Amino acid sequence: MNIILIAILALAGLAVAFGLLLGFAAVKFRVEGNPLVDQIDGLLPQTQCGQCGYPGCRPYAEAIAGGDAINKCPPGGQSTVEALADLLDVEAVPLEAGAEAEPVKMVAYIREDECIGCTKCIQACPVDAILGAAKQMHTVIESECTGCDLCVEPCPVDCIDMLPVQSGLSDWKWELPAPGVQQLIVTDRRGQLQGGAV
Amino acid sequence: MRTHFAFHGGVHPPENKKQSTGLAIQIAPVPETLVIPLSQHIGAPAEPVVRVGDRVLKGQIIAEAVGRISVNVHASSSGVVEAIEPRPIPHTSGMEAPCVVIRTDGLDEWIDHKGLDDYRRLKKADLIDYIREHGIAGMGGAGFPTDVKLHLGDDHIVNTLILNAMECEPYITADDMLIRERAEEIVSGIEIMAHLLKPHHIIIGTEDNKPQALRALEKAVRASQLDIDIISVPTVYPSGGEKQLIKLMTGIEVPSGRIPADIGIVCQNVGTAKAIHDAVHHGIPLISRVVTLTGLALQHPHNMEARIGTPFETLLGAAEVIESALYRLVMGGPMMGFTVPHDQIPVIKTTNCILAATIEEMPPAPPANPCIRCGMCEQVCPAELLPQQLHWFAKGKEFEKAKNHNLFDCIECGACSYVCPSNIPLVQYYRFAKAEIRAEEAEQRKADHARKRFEARQERLEREQAEKELRRKQRAEEAAKMQAVKQDKLQRHAEVSETAAEPDAKALKTAAAVARTKLKKAQQALKSAQDKGLEGIEALQATVTELEQKAAAAQAALEQAEKGAQPAAQLDSKQLKTAAAVARTKLKQAEKALQQAQDSGEGDLTELQAKVTELTAKAAQAQTAFEAAESGVAPAAVDIAGLKEAMDSAAVKVEKARQALADSEANGSPAVEKMRAGVEKLEQKYQSAKSDFEVANQQGQSNGVDLEALKADMEQASDKVKKAEAALQTARENGSPAADKMAAGVDKLKGKYEEARQAWLAAGGVEAVAEAKVEVDPKALKQQVSIMRTKLKKAQTAVEAAEAGEGDLDLAASEFERLTALYEDAKQAWDAYEAEQNDKAAAQGIDLKQLKIDAALARAAVTKAERALDKARETQPDDLDGMEEALLAARQKAEQLNQTLSRFTD
Amino acid sequence: MALIRTSSPHLHKASSTGDVMRLVILACMPGLAAMTLFFGWGTLINVCWAILLAVGLEAAIVLIRKRPVSFYLKDYSVVVTALLLGLSLPPYAPWWITLVGILVAVVIAKHLYGGLGQNPFNPAMVAYALLLVSFPVEMTRWTQPFVLLGDADSWNILPFTDTLRVIFTGFEPVWLDNYTGATPLDAMRHRGGMTTEEAWLSKPVLADGIGAWHAVSAAYFMGGIFLIYRKVITYHVPMAMLGALAVIASVFYAFDPYDFADPYFHITVGGTMLGAFFIATDPVTCATSNRGKIWFGIGIGLLIYVIRGWGGYPDAVAFAVLLMNLAAPFIDQYTQPRTYGHAKANRGMKGGQ
Ligand code: SF4
Ligand code: SF4
Ligand code: SF4
Ligand code: SF4
Repeated sequence: MNIILIAILALAGLAVAFGLLLGFAAVKFRVEGNPLVDQIDGLLPQTQCGQCGYPGCRPYAEAIAGGDAINKCPPGGQSTVEALADLLDVEAVPLEAGAEAEPVKMVAYIREDECIGCTKCIQACPVDAILGAAKQMHTVIESECTGCDLCVEPCPVDCIDMLPVQSGLSDWKWELPAPGVQQLIVTDRRGQLQGGAV
Repeated sequence: MRTHFAFHGGVHPPENKKQSTGLAIQIAPVPETLVIPLSQHIGAPAEPVVRVGDRVLKGQIIAEAVGRISVNVHASSSGVVEAIEPRPIPHTSGMEAPCVVIRTDGLDEWIDHKGLDDYRRLKKADLIDYIREHGIAGMGGAGFPTDVKLHLGDDHIVNTLILNAMECEPYITADDMLIRERAEEIVSGIEIMAHLLKPHHIIIGTEDNKPQALRALEKAVRASQLDIDIISVPTVYPSGGEKQLIKLMTGIEVPSGRIPADIGIVCQNVGTAKAIHDAVHHGIPLISRVVTLTGLALQHPHNMEARIGTPFETLLGAAEVIESALYRLVMGGPMMGFTVPHDQIPVIKTTNCILAATIEEMPPAPPANPCIRCGMCEQVCPAELLPQQLHWFAKGKEFEKAKNHNLFDCIECGACSYVCPSNIPLVQYYRFAKAEIRAEEAEQRKADHARKRFEARQERLEREQAEKELRRKQRAEEAAKMQAVKQDKLQRHAEVSETAAEPDAKALKTAAAVARTKLKKAQQALKSAQDKGLEGIEALQATVTELEQKAAAAQAALEQAEKGAQPAAQLDSKQLKTAAAVARTKLKQAEKALQQAQDSGEGDLTELQAKVTELTAKAAQAQTAFEAAESGVAPAAVDIAGLKEAMDSAAVKVEKARQALADSEANGSPAVEKMRAGVEKLEQKYQSAKSDFEVANQQGQSNGVDLEALKADMEQASDKVKKAEAALQTARENGSPAADKMAAGVDKLKGKYEEARQAWLAAGGVEAVAEAKVEVDPKALKQQVSIMRTKLKKAQTAVEAAEAGEGDLDLAASEFERLTALYEDAKQAWDAYEAEQNDKAAAQGIDLKQLKIDAALARAAVTKAERALDKARETQPDDLDGMEEALLAARQKAEQLNQTLSRFTD
Repeated sequence: MALIRTSSPHLHKASSTGDVMRLVILACMPGLAAMTLFFGWGTLINVCWAILLAVGLEAAIVLIRKRPVSFYLKDYSVVVTALLLGLSLPPYAPWWITLVGILVAVVIAKHLYGGLGQNPFNPAMVAYALLLVSFPVEMTRWTQPFVLLGDADSWNILPFTDTLRVIFTGFEPVWLDNYTGATPLDAMRHRGGMTTEEAWLSKPVLADGIGAWHAVSAAYFMGGIFLIYRKVITYHVPMAMLGALAVIASVFYAFDPYDFADPYFHITVGGTMLGAFFIATDPVTCATSNRGKIWFGIGIGLLIYVIRGWGGYPDAVAFAVLLMNLAAPFIDQYTQPRTYGHAKANRGMKGGQ
């Protein structure tokens, strides 16, 4: 009898002790917000274009954390899908149909002499990248524009173009070297290889 | 000579240095054009301070430093600035960057220049600025501005100054030759640097493959006051790399991601030392440098002192290049230099070697075999990396892993690629990976930035929303409070006039009214008392006075409140309307009373008449106020309608008074005389009102003040009609029973609209219409057209989408049709405008289209003539006059046409 | 003027994978000569047969993978694989043993893993281990060194044509038994209740024949030194491997000299030398950094001793190498060199998952 009592007491004591410990840990080490959502959000390109069907990148991140598909972000391209697959430890799926795997970076450009200053584009831009006032011509701050496309549709005179981002000296970079002999095929002749090898 | 240390790895490529050391340094010829890049190093490009067409002298500043990491750029020979434009610069990409192009005049005329008498007397900061002004930048690797390095003494303790005379790369002998010939100047430069940095220790590091240079240096050092160590190390590549050099000389490693100054070491190139000497002692800016020209494609390899900006072509020519044999042109050494795509590239401050190699000398790399993990690369890597692992990671794009394997400690020395038996272009892999990582990081930064902005915007929108909500609530609350207050006041309205602390217009009005009523009652009482001769008149009189005062006070308060509540009070047209109506009613009543009195011949006709007049005026006033409020015109503005009414009523009155007068005369009334006077007065009034009106009307027509109001009225009415019609339409569609009623309402509204329109037209609106038409704004029209076009486009896509099965096709189609019609309208308007413009032009006998074409042709002709002239200037400078004339004529013609054209197309 | 654009460096050391492999082949020659000298034509025939097979097979696979044949064959790696396998097979191994071995080495151990540079296991050793497990009889029938045949002074080996017939026709005359026998390792293992001392005296292969093994080992050692001299391999793996083997053997020998063979024996018989200089140093499957190579070598040395002492197979080099191949990636992660400017070396594989 005594032994049983002691055992029960001991177990109960342990339970209380661990309960307290856990409770303490939960308070002490509580993580603010949902770190997974933050991580996912960190991988999304922050274009805020809404092409995923959510009003911005963060809502989509929340949706992914909630189990939505990871292949709905066209601006991110396949690399984003892969990064997400990596993070969430799921199979990397191809992008949704119709999207390019490696989208070209775009930036909005307003043909200023055609702009009638209706401010519609300002209201559409999710990152406040457009400058202007009513009846004044508007312009896009290139460095802030994420190329989300959202300002193109509302413009009543269609004076906004999406142009590929200019690349210059500062962002020139070396290519990945041409694949070596592993990727050669039978039809490659020695001469061609010599000339073509970089 | 001191002992030295060693670094891991290194390779021993064939040196190939003998070819270019046979001859002393030659002065390179002055090229026809100098192309001087504005940016010759990392950091901001310099800002040009000359203009195209300026004549510049040798040594003149042509671009000034911008920011901290930047130095001045100088002209390296005299001549005329031909262009400031992007030109190919020495960069692997072969891309272009802004350059100043100088057409030299062969005079090589110096600007005034003089060295410092005694640099020691200058403040250090000034001396460094002096060096910066003379454009001195590192002449070894990256061309880092030297002054930045010299400033390091300010916030770092510099123990050791190391002079880099290694020149470990094969082929290059520029520093070797420089030391052989100018050792004293180098040491003098070192003295200046030592003066600035105050190091404990100065070391010149060199390799044991330059015995002549070593001897020259030793001799120069012996002559110097400074205690300089010369350390010669066995030749191994890449001992000239800054980090490797430091390890060799001191045994210390520069911590990853830090600069040598962090461990108290500053490295400088010997070439830089000489440039500093030239600048400080002779005032010569950095406008030339020693360049090694070597390679098997040259028949005459040697070192040359070349001006910055000299195209490679000139130097290659001087070294007798065999064009057909030239296969690969490298700027810099064979290990770390980069290929340039052609020979129009200019020499810059870091061009130490131009290597013109034949295909046998530097054959293209054979295709890479797979890495066999032989580890040779690892054995030679001076940074002690695992090149093969880095290669795997770069190839597999596992950049994160590459970074963790210290990819960014790779100095891209090329030793690993050099030994790799599989011919893997390892360095390119690393460059690729580094660039990708940097790009990724930049992207990440941008994304974070975008996120922040997005969130900020979101927050702002929310805040605005919340504020709006708050304001709405506040308004609702206030309204409720007001209601309560009003009720409260209604209950205790007697005290209101005294206690009304708040400017409640309505309450005040009530108070004023109450006060007036009381006053009237008291007045009546007083009158009857007077009539009856009762006692206590004094008391009554006092009361009346008091009441009068109160009433006046209440009235004043009311007026003030109304003024205070500006917009509400002023724009309360309903109230005004009521007031006007009341005034009119009163007027009518008074008129009736007058009539009666006249009819019966009783009462004080004069008094009555006066009252009527007063009331008329009041009514007119009220009407005016009302109308002013309605049209938004300030009450001070001339109100024609009001005036007209006043005039009309005056006319009526005159008429009536005349009648009354006639009656009275007929009746033989005693008051005839008085009445006659009254009629005359009225007539006068009428006349004045009439003239007032006329004046106002004229004014109105000329400045359109009232017209606008009328127009606004009319437009409002038309709007209302439209809305009502739309409502009616929907009602009809829905089969609503109220449709009939609504139709009636619409008719009524239409009538009103018609009225308003008539009024407007009557007031001279027709002319306005004509005017408006003349004033058609082409821009607005164009905008209208493009808006319509856009809408149409959108509708079209909607239709397409609908056809594709999404959405309601009918709806989309009808919308589309509607828009098409609208677009057509807009387009027509625009076309009409254009046609009008054309007509206008045609009226003057000019076809606008033809004119446009002519103008364009004329412009083209000018351009052509200009070009021909330019060409002619180059080829046959004597026969220019005729061409210039032709050009002038063409220009004139173009100018004329342009002017004509601009008359029609503003 | 349009000149070529390439990344630096623009110079290249005149050496290629093919050169490296040719040097390896060259370094094997003394060993091959010694084998032929002491054990007859068998090894030479095997080696040639293996190379023939391997080159043909490689060409076929490369064709199937639609790649240019000449590039692949020019790297000579398959020749080295075949050479190493041929050298480690018993001299009278029948032709189909070699065939199976080459098939395994080239198809399974090499190309199925993606070809040169991608294979985690040394192909020759994979083949050898598989053969040993599958055909223990053929694989353990070693040849007597010629000194044990007939009178000790003449070069008394099986004639070339007979050897060919033995290998290719399965012709097994009774007298063949005279030419075959156990290896010293086998002799030592199956010495019954004898102490090592007694075994040394009683077993002819130990008493008289051991010299042949020493000679072959010496030949491999020479080849190895040549490779180190030519910087084809570094000294780390062989030194660590031989050192570890010697140390552990010494410890046990000192502890009980009657039951355990002396370290010299371990180092000089069997495939130790071939393994140390030619197999364990195979760059593809070995650890990467110098420190890693040392650990890799030590591992092999210890495993050889353990497997020889307590395992059931005649030799242990193949298994030891394969086991350490398995461990190489792990070793790599923990033996990264300390990079210039860093206080300490990285450990483990960061930046992965
Ligand atoms: S400017 Fe246009 S494309 Fe650029 S971020 Fe704003 S809405 Fe998107
Ligand atoms: S939407 Fe178009 S027209 Fe309107 S302000 Fe923006 S750019 Fe101008
Ligand atoms: S030298 Fe070349 S083949 Fe050898 S390990 Fe390095 S990258 Fe691989
Ligand atoms: S290029 Fe980089 S990895 Fe290659 S040897 Fe030089 S420092 Fe090492």
